[in-house]
Amino acid sequence: MRYFLRRLMHGTFLLVGVSILTFLFSTLAPGNYFDEMRLNPQISPETVAALRAQYQLDRPLPARYGRWVNALLHGDMGFSFAYNSPVAPLLWVRARNTLLLTVTATLIAWALALPLGIWSATTLGRLPDRAISGATAALLVIPDLVLAIGVLILAVRSGWFPAGGMTSAAVEGLSPVQRLRDLAWHMELPVLALVLSALPILVRHVRAAMAEVLDAPFLRAAASHGIPRRTLLYWYALRAAANPLISLFGFSVGALLSGSLLVEVVMSWPGLGPLLLEAILARDLYVVIGGVLCSTVFLVTGNFFADVLIYWADPRIRGRADA
Amino acid sequence: MMHRGGWKRWLIALAVLHGIIGCAGFFAPYDPAEQDRERPYLPPMKIRMVDTAGHFHFRPFFYGVHLGDGTFDQFEESTDQVVPLQFLVSGARYRLLGLMPCQKHLFGAPASRIYLLGSDAYGRDQLSRILYGGQISLLSGLLGAGLTLFFGLLIGAAAGFFGGWKDGLLMRVAELFMALPWLYLLLALRAFLPLSVSPLRAFFLIIVVIGAVGWARPARLVRGVVLSAKERDYVRAARGFGAKNGYLLRRHILPETSSVILTQAAILVPQFVLAEMTLSFLGLGVPEPVPTWGSLLASLQQYSVLVSYWWMYLPALAIVPFFLGYLGLASALQQDASTGKIEKAASGVRQ
Repeated sequence: MRYFLRRLMHGTFLLVGVSILTFLFSTLAPGNYFDEMRLNPQISPETVAALRAQYQLDRPLPARYGRWVNALLHGDMGFSFAYNSPVAPLLWVRARNTLLLTVTATLIAWALALPLGIWSATTLGRLPDRAISGATAALLVIPDLVLAIGVLILAVRSGWFPAGGMTSAAVEGLSPVQRLRDLAWHMELPVLALVLSALPILVRHVRAAMAEVLDAPFLRAAASHGIPRRTLLYWYALRAAANPLISLFGFSVGALLSGSLLVEVVMSWPGLGPLLLEAILARDLYVVIGGVLCSTVFLVTGNFFADVLIYWADPRIRGRADA
Repeated sequence: MMHRGGWKRWLIALAVLHGIIGCAGFFAPYDPAEQDRERPYLPPMKIRMVDTAGHFHFRPFFYGVHLGDGTFDQFEESTDQVVPLQFLVSGARYRLLGLMPCQKHLFGAPASRIYLLGSDAYGRDQLSRILYGGQISLLSGLLGAGLTLFFGLLIGAAAGFFGGWKDGLLMRVAELFMALPWLYLLLALRAFLPLSVSPLRAFFLIIVVIGAVGWARPARLVRGVVLSAKERDYVRAARGFGAKNGYLLRRHILPETSSVILTQAAILVPQFVLAEMTLSFLGLGVPEPVPTWGSLLASLQQYSVLVSYWWMYLPALAIVPFFLGYLGLASALQQDASTGKIEKAASGVRQ
């Protein structure tokens, strides 16, 4: 229990740190949304000053931060100047879409990486291993941005996939099942791009972790007891190799979030990425802060999930934590 | 035993690649901003040795192109207009490596214009733009990595050497930076800096932003090395002889971090080149008319370009050999470091 409390504390610390950091950056910023308003001759200086006062932009930094945190705890994430609406519902819709993409991609990437990495580790130096290592090296050389653009080109040139967006134009008249299929059809390519960008690193780590474990005497002993090979690999060996992989899972969430931002912009998927980009271009302060914070929440959640998994999978951690 | 020194080959390959980009002015036939409004979105030209009549030419040549009648994007080769390709021709002025004024180009065709990789919306030569664009992208990656490693070294050495609460605080902040998705962090930093600035200011802005994002990982690695190095016997002995902190750091401890720094550099430079590309691609980087690899790709966000003009994809491929080179260098350096350790350990046993 103390272990979980400590991990939770760590996550909270991260969130608070990030919120302070983004707030600090925001005050260092030359110019905000109202500066552009000030250039507009049709808006009087008094109006701008009143607006600034209304949004607390004229108060000192700690006071603003305190107010903002207080509001945040009450579910209010500030106000979007550009959308003229509260930030929270705006973010919520976009965050859901991003989550849909990243969670699917994470699951698929790991579902592929585990068997591929294990296969590679059991055939070290032989053909399957060499083929898999070659393929991962080739994928590793292609940067995320190029990969995303390549997938988009594939979509446009082949015509098999939609070239962007999340739903077809005629989605209103469809039954729920058809809607789901439409959504899945639109998700295929963004997810493909994300999986391809995450896969090589995952496969390499699985291979390295498994290769280390496969030499262990306890596996040879288990094999001589007649335990089937599949059980041996996917249960005994994988659990022994799990610790670094689960930490990697936490990191892979962060990498996938970054990758997702790019893919969303390129494929015009209505997630956090395009929203953040628009907000930056419009100097929409609270949306930027909210978006960054939102991504941190995802990350912290992912890491906490990884911690829980480690606790479950690795008795060494359990022993140390409870002692 | 693995062979050592594999990194040298990668380093040479990278030096050649960087040399080509560094001397972009020589390898590019034209100035990257030079427009040719007569020939927008011209497909790459074919270099020929045999003409349509079946005659063989010793000098490679190409046919001049003109717009087809009644169209605005269909080009036709005029087979009567044979333009020989010439080498080491004089053309647009440029500064070799940014210093020496020069006007020789590797190849060109004084009689007409040659587009080996096609042209963009304003008839600017794509090859020249890719080569010149690489200068901005690579330079920002290199300078950004330099800045990051400087910060990382400073912070990591301070944390490891002084320890105590300073160490705790610095490493907590480092964890913060490492935990954030880097692209969100990059955008958040960029968000609060001025948007419309001159290309030169944008360039330095980007270097600072990129440099500020990545310091955490090198700092942690340096800290680890410094922590173990400062407990070495010879360092303790030097301290016993009355050496000052500055001397200890400079003379004994920082040299220990060199292999970590080198490996990190090989890992960080391509990442930062990619960061610059991403920012420019999203329209937050160095603005037009200055080409960078990212802003060259930004035109692909227009659907018509994406569908119709495949040669606009080419800038995406330019970074791949650099990625390959740096990845190879990084893994060779890592391998070298680990075999080096094994050798040290083995020789220790023998003694």
